[in-house]
Amino acid sequence: MIRDYTLESTTDSIPQVGQAAKSAFANRAPIVNDFSITVATKNGSGSQTSNAVLLRALFKMGIPVSGKNIFPSNIQGRPTWYTIRLSKDGYIARRETTEIMIVLNPETALEDHQNTAPGGVFMYADDITLPARRSDLHYYPIPVKELARTYEADPKLRTYVANMVYVGAIAQLLGIDLNEIEAALKFHFKGKTKPVESNMQVVRAAAAWAAEHLVKTDPYHVVRMDKTRGLIMIDGNTAAALGAIYGGVSFVAWYPITPATSLADALNEYLPKLRIDPETGAPTYAVIQAEDELAALGMVLGAGWAGARAMTSTSGPGISLMAEFTGLGYFAEIPAVIWDIQRVGPATGLPTRVSQGDIIAVYWLGHGDTKHPVLLPGSVYECFEFGWRAFDLAERLQTPIFVLSDLDLGMNQWMSRPFDYPEEPMDRGKVLTAEQVNATKGFARYKDVDGDGIGWRTLPGTDSPFAAYFTRGSGHNERALLSERPEDWENNMDRLARKFETARKLMPRPVIELTDGAEVGIIGFGSTDPAIQEARAMLAARGIPTSYLRLRALPMNDDVTMFLAGHQRIYVVEMNSDAQLCQLVRLHSPKDATKVRPANHSDGLPLTADWVYQEILYQETRY
Amino acid sequence: MITNGTLTDNGTAAKPTFPAKPGVNIIGLTKSDYKGLESTLCNGCGHDSISSQIITACYELGLKPERIVKFSGIGCSSKSPAYFLSRSFGFNALHGRMPSVAQGALMANHTLLGLGVSGDGDTGSIGLGQFMHLIRRNLRMVYIIENNGVYGLTKGQFSATADIGQELKYAGRNEFPPIDLCRAAIIADCGFVARSFAGDPKQVIALLKAAFSHRGTAVIDIISPCVTFNNRDDSTKSYSWGRAHDERVNDFGFVMSQEEIIVDYAEGETKEVELFDGSKIVLKKLDSSHDPTDKQAALRLLTKAHDEQLFVTGLLYINGDRPNLAETYGLVKPLASYQQDKLRPSRESLQKIMAGMF
Repeated sequence: MIRDYTLESTTDSIPQVGQAAKSAFANRAPIVNDFSITVATKNGSGSQTSNAVLLRALFKMGIPVSGKNIFPSNIQGRPTWYTIRLSKDGYIARRETTEIMIVLNPETALEDHQNTAPGGVFMYADDITLPARRSDLHYYPIPVKELARTYEADPKLRTYVANMVYVGAIAQLLGIDLNEIEAALKFHFKGKTKPVESNMQVVRAAAAWAAEHLVKTDPYHVVRMDKTRGLIMIDGNTAAALGAIYGGVSFVAWYPITPATSLADALNEYLPKLRIDPETGAPTYAVIQAEDELAALGMVLGAGWAGARAMTSTSGPGISLMAEFTGLGYFAEIPAVIWDIQRVGPATGLPTRVSQGDIIAVYWLGHGDTKHPVLLPGSVYECFEFGWRAFDLAERLQTPIFVLSDLDLGMNQWMSRPFDYPEEPMDRGKVLTAEQVNATKGFARYKDVDGDGIGWRTLPGTDSPFAAYFTRGSGHNERALLSERPEDWENNMDRLARKFETARKLMPRPVIELTDGAEVGIIGFGSTDPAIQEARAMLAARGIPTSYLRLRALPMNDDVTMFLAGHQRIYVVEMNSDAQLCQLVRLHSPKDATKVRPANHSDGLPLTADWVYQEILYQETRY
Repeated sequence: MITNGTLTDNGTAAKPTFPAKPGVNIIGLTKSDYKGLESTLCNGCGHDSISSQIITACYELGLKPERIVKFSGIGCSSKSPAYFLSRSFGFNALHGRMPSVAQGALMANHTLLGLGVSGDGDTGSIGLGQFMHLIRRNLRMVYIIENNGVYGLTKGQFSATADIGQELKYAGRNEFPPIDLCRAAIIADCGFVARSFAGDPKQVIALLKAAFSHRGTAVIDIISPCVTFNNRDDSTKSYSWGRAHDERVNDFGFVMSQEEIIVDYAEGETKEVELFDGSKIVLKKLDSSHDPTDKQAALRLLTKAHDEQLFVTGLLYINGDRPNLAETYGLVKPLASYQQDKLRPSRESLQKIMAGMF
């Protein structure tokens, strides 16, 4: 995961804090807005607040940032790390190295000490004992407990606000504007003045202490920039929830599961503010916490069948439980939106770590011949956009639509341009009114009258004696009547295949960046985008220009075929162990299969540009 | 709401239109307007008898078929919704998962009347969890269990409601006690729990009519003998056992809210219970020791019957105090009826949220 720098550095000369260290590093050039900060704490200690505040303060200073929470599957007491990357050049992928290590957890102190990059900063609670100091680090012990006592409001909360001590200390050390810390606290506490003031009290005390007692020997500096003006910072799950709300979601059923829970939480937070019918004062939505994921999707299908815009959100294990209902939704042709915030599987796997390992599972979820349109958002912006677009696609195509996000995209904070209001009117699909069915004295629910494989449907409650039909998962003919006739079965499956071709045309097209003369193409999707973008710059600098196709949906279309045809070697970058998308790409265009190479990696952590760069470089030079 | 069969969106009562013409009900439909496709179940199946009672109850209540939605799971019982109310929408869901589909559909349009038909395997085994949670949430729907104690479509395995010690040709001896779905329903706080017998049309019809007026989930467990796989005389789910061991706990009349209540009970104690929509049931206690508004009494009665391998029929427990799911969620108009103007918040609201995300 992270290099052990103690193997590369000497530990025999032990510089003292402050002055002694100063001389050893005196000639280092300043490093400004281009490094990573990792905070090591215990889960449940309240460090999430301080980390979020630190991240947003830097963002408000105009510096491109990203934050990655590497947390355990645990409520309290297990180690957790939060890494903030500052990048003046705007690269926001996770990095392998951490220059500034802030350690409040004695349990991991040794490991964290080893993992700090040479020349880096090691700031730690002064009651943590270190076995031996490295000669290549700058040490700043902080009296965290003493400083936390400056918190007057409630002694019981001292452990919690202890985290604000490192915020104040590191702010002083690096030059983070305390006014922006205060602004970030206001954001975090939604403007409530009391917690903002009491936290700021601790931050100021720690900053004052640091100013008085720490002598800065390290070269790291934060300087205000202007690169985040007009941007927002948000997590993908909140973006998805907002997208769903502006997409008119009216029914949600879900079951708690990491890392999808915060999507439902965001729905519960924003729906009451945005979706009350002004005429009646009644909600235009219902959110039900189901007894399990089977029931969650069952409810969603029931609601979608009856005409609501219905969705659920889950993760891998929930997807497994939804397999049977997904097949029913596909075969009975019911609109539904299913968000999969991917974590690491198989089995319980790594519930709090990221992967892209569900892409094959959701694409073909269900027994028998099933296949589903899948949206692949690659940013929080697309989480919002696909959040509303998914309902239009589901109702147009009358089928379950999957949206494949992941833990990194869903739960971490990302910079983004503000979300654009949906300009397209809602597409409610092919629904017959009572007057329409009265005029024809009935209809054939599963007949392909328009040649696109999509039949017309009616909604329960339609006031016509000719409106009703019987929905079932068993074999049926065009008039929705039970049928076991071979030709009825085959005709129906042929029509579903035609419908899938319609889906292929309607799904968002990939984003393609072609480079003149590039022999190498890269295909990726989802949250790996920043790592791929950065790796492309590194490869280009190394003399390997690349083109890039970011897939935004399944099934794949001709854009992919042409991209494959236009390049000599195509690397499929993804976070799973079986190179799942690589397999799908090869299937999509078998004649190009030998040109398509896997570049897959899955260890539970977000992909880094370093890894992508090294992997492609290795394969390029080796073969 | 049932208002002379006309279900209105906001629950206001439509004006009754008495008297009706002969051969048609109060909304002018004939009984054949309530029929379904021809049954494909075995001749003499108790389920077909129940289908007939559903047709009669809905016809006599004057329910508009378009306002009823049928739900079922998987199994012989769950096939039956195709055999009644062809003018009603139907959803044949997954095995044991009908409750979740019904919850979604009836939350999307809570003004519709739900009618679920399930079996003992569908409810008592694979679907026990969803059954309990449906009741817990108190979705307004009629939930019929066509209970024969056996798996028919897979040719005769025991279900979870099969009698202990029972022997079947295919499955051998059943070593486990049955799950009493009425007791389970009461424990899950169901406000309408009844048991009947497929061979007792009068009681089934009366219970169905009352169930349609219940505020939340109304469970009717109907012993429905399987003529093919479970009709041995020693089975409690056989016709002969049912006729010999059926102990009625009450007799009652159902009175629609628009009708004048004329109850002529010459003898025996009577008890009047007002239902959700203002209609009433008048209970005549044949066994005066049972008060159907007394939950503990209902559990005691069922426990005793369970131990004695009797089945008591009638309305076992009723309580309409608990709000149903749509009421809990404060729904007014059907969620499915909202269009873009109500579903998509304003452009300004998004701009405001975005401005707050810096």
